[in-house]
Amino acid sequence: MTAPLLEVEDLHVEFRTRDGVAKVLNGVGYQVNAGETLAVLGESGSGKSVTAQTIMGILDTPPAFVTKGAIRFHGEDLLSASDDRRREVRGDGIAMIFQDALSALNPVFTVGFQIEEQLTVRRGMTRKEARARAVELLDLVKIPNARNRVGEYPHQFSGGMRQRAMIAMSLALDPEMLIADEPTTALDVTVQAQIMDLLRDIQKERDMGLILITHDLGVVADVADRIAVMYAGRIVEHADVYQLFRAPGHPYTESLLESLPRLDLKGQELKTIKGLPPSLTNIPSGCPFHPRCPRAVDVCRTEVPANHRLGLDRTSACHFAEEVVSRG
Amino acid sequence: MGRYVLRRLLQLIPVFIGTTFIIYALVWAIPQDPFAGKCGQRPCPESYITAMSDKFNFDDPLPLQYLKYMGNVITGDFGDTFSGISVGEQISTAYPTTVKLAIVALLIEALIGITAGVLTGLRKQGFLDNLVLVSTLFLISLPVFVTGFVLRLYLGPQGLDLFDVGVDATDPTFAQLILPGFVLGSTSMAYVARLTRSSIAENRHADYVRTAIAKGQPTRRVVGVHLLRNSLIPVITFLGTDLGSLMGGAVVTEGVFNINGIGGLIFRGIQEKEGITVTGVVTMLVLVYLLMSLVVDLLYAVLDPRIRYE
Amino acid sequence: MSDPGASGAGLEKAAASAVGDLSHVDDSSQKQGKPRSLWSDAWGELRRKPTFIISLVIIFIVVVMAVFPSLFTSVDPRAANLDNYLKKPSADAWFGYDVQGYDVYARAIYGARASLLVGLFSTLLTVLIGSVVGIVAGYAKSWIDSLLSRFGDIFAGVPFVLGAIVILTTFNSPTENPSATRIITQVVLSIAALSWPVSMRIMRSATLVAKQQDYVKAARGLGASPLRIVFRHLLPNTVAPVLVYATIALGAFIGAEATLAFLGIGLRPPVVSWGVMISESRDYFQAAPHMLLFPAAFVTITVLAFVILGDAVRDALDPKSR
Repeated sequence: MTAPLLEVEDLHVEFRTRDGVAKVLNGVGYQVNAGETLAVLGESGSGKSVTAQTIMGILDTPPAFVTKGAIRFHGEDLLSASDDRRREVRGDGIAMIFQDALSALNPVFTVGFQIEEQLTVRRGMTRKEARARAVELLDLVKIPNARNRVGEYPHQFSGGMRQRAMIAMSLALDPEMLIADEPTTALDVTVQAQIMDLLRDIQKERDMGLILITHDLGVVADVADRIAVMYAGRIVEHADVYQLFRAPGHPYTESLLESLPRLDLKGQELKTIKGLPPSLTNIPSGCPFHPRCPRAVDVCRTEVPANHRLGLDRTSACHFAEEVVSRG
Repeated sequence: MGRYVLRRLLQLIPVFIGTTFIIYALVWAIPQDPFAGKCGQRPCPESYITAMSDKFNFDDPLPLQYLKYMGNVITGDFGDTFSGISVGEQISTAYPTTVKLAIVALLIEALIGITAGVLTGLRKQGFLDNLVLVSTLFLISLPVFVTGFVLRLYLGPQGLDLFDVGVDATDPTFAQLILPGFVLGSTSMAYVARLTRSSIAENRHADYVRTAIAKGQPTRRVVGVHLLRNSLIPVITFLGTDLGSLMGGAVVTEGVFNINGIGGLIFRGIQEKEGITVTGVVTMLVLVYLLMSLVVDLLYAVLDPRIRYE
Repeated sequence: MSDPGASGAGLEKAAASAVGDLSHVDDSSQKQGKPRSLWSDAWGELRRKPTFIISLVIIFIVVVMAVFPSLFTSVDPRAANLDNYLKKPSADAWFGYDVQGYDVYARAIYGARASLLVGLFSTLLTVLIGSVVGIVAGYAKSWIDSLLSRFGDIFAGVPFVLGAIVILTTFNSPTENPSATRIITQVVLSIAALSWPVSMRIMRSATLVAKQQDYVKAARGLGASPLRIVFRHLLPNTVAPVLVYATIALGAFIGAEATLAFLGIGLRPPVVSWGVMISESRDYFQAAPHMLLFPAAFVTITVLAFVILGDAVRDALDPKSR
């Protein structure tokens, strides 16, 4: 079996603030292979974005501190690499796109400038060459009239077009892996689908690894190969997309799936997950999900569940993982 | 962009008319005897009163008077002082000096202010930061004439003699204007430093800065290109308006350093009770000030593309 | 378009902008435990800040100086003794004597009252006018807003010093000798007339922000009268930025009084104020710097105290630093 392109292992990150220490990541681990899409699913505060930012090395330190773990890209541990090496990897090895393209793009420079600076500064291209390549990239992401639009400013694009422009920018250095942090959350449903299709096509063409961070199960079902479900800074379930949807192996995943509104169950009460995600300065003892879990018993309050193996490449961090899986 | 310019221009005109009309009315229409105190210690000579009444059309209704006055002003005729000197001529001799002074002040405040602001904005807390915060606090609180006198006393010929404060010449060199320029710009310099500092500190955490870092751009580009270009927008627009107000506020500084600029004209105009001079100069300065605001609005559109398409 | 820098009064532009952030609505912090409002949070923070305490102490001393000057000196500020012409500071007279033989220290103490009064009343008037116009502009229909804003721009279009010169020279033909009350009133009115646009803008933008809040829309939907909305919903949320501005402006206006007196158009004898003392010392600066430096120091320290106070209050009220 080929080694994974990116491997995150037992990552622990804390935020030290005036109000206390927030344990944002508590042993996060996942892998992504080339050509594979991993969806990282979770509510706000689960740590999915922080993991991505730690991979990229763009966390503000202080207040964030990586206290344990490894991030291996092609086998090389990025956490122990020099600052220069980490910067090299950004954009070139691993690229990232963000949720709100309007604020993520610099408002005072043209879209073309922002794409071209990757090419001129990091690849040594001339302005002319960079301009030509930028137009190609905008074409690639299906922005019409690319030749003219390349000189326009971000606020002159519509939401969907802006996101495409950001994708084009991220591809400028031909990265091997792309991290997309909630790329469609701010967009209309129809545009969402287009962007997801675009990402999938690009990924296939380039055999890129793709980490898709989202809280939207619907988006996940179409595009992902594998899913990692996060809760309170931990991966609570890690599975193949079909397996996960057909038979979830963790009560949290179960609850998420059950809370999806379904057309064929009209007239019945919408199921919700009671309670709120925990404050990260005050994570519950034992299994962090126990206050909200319908199956919680004493052991859940006292013991942190280990990652139970449910099969090849399938884990679940629940004391009763096997029972949960067989119910579905 | 054209529409934006037009709109600003249209907004400017009523304001200009309003302001200059009020000034005109204040000086000439409100006092019972418009010539009281306009000719120094003595009442004005009859000949002067007749000549000026004629020139200023005091028999016409106020709005007409005002329009005729503005008409004269536009052709450069500001009237004559009671000793017969053309105010317009006085202005054109004195004005270049004030412009020089204002430019020197602007350069000093921009240089020192922005540098201090950038350095402390990038790294909050620490000795430099506290130093800048405290010193700007002082500069903001000190009335300009106090700063002027103190610096003149201690850095000028009686103190450390670092600066030659003899600026009576009609055409002072830039070097002679450094100390007065510093004094004139002192309050604004403090303000520029604080503005730059907070603008940089705020923008440091902006999403687009995060993107630039995530793209793997070198730090000096992230700060020097991405961060600066955005953070300096409010600073540069402030500097633009400041040029206009520096020229208006030079009165005090020119008084302290005995500089023969516009401010000196006004200053002596008050002391010697030369009403015509004072009105003329103030009107002109208001015009300059408003024009500068227009220029700044345009500048803002150039700097921030989002404004252009409003 | 306003007039920063260039004179002591320029510092209210600094106040106005420093205050920009505070046009946020006071959504009390959602901390677990007992509900705390922005104000009690702010007070708790302020109490512990040394700068806040120091500035309050200084201001308190100055106020006492103004109200009970005899506590600080037993010398009569109007006792002139020409034998003491321009004497330097000594054990008898800590600040020396001025050109007419007055004890500079005594005059400085007694001068606090006029300077403080000018500052106080100018601020009150500026804030009053500015707030009323600002709320109306922010809350009423857009054409009223445009009109009022243009009107404010007219006054803002005049640089402070120039405007003051024009106003004060117009209303005081130099042949008369205006009474103390009259000249103080004129100075206060001039300062307010030239500064109200700044406070109007603050109030207006705070009102605009508050107007957008859902609870205001709800109140309107329920049929609340505009007056009620203004007093109950808008005003509480616009107080914070105006308060900060007023504090700093008070300092600025004390500085402005000094500047105007320096130019010869502000307060004048027989009124004693710091500004008057400074203007009298102008021609004697080389020979007797103590005549100018001591009142100037008083002005500076007082202005500094207000600015620091305003800064501290602003930081404490800033929701972003929670």
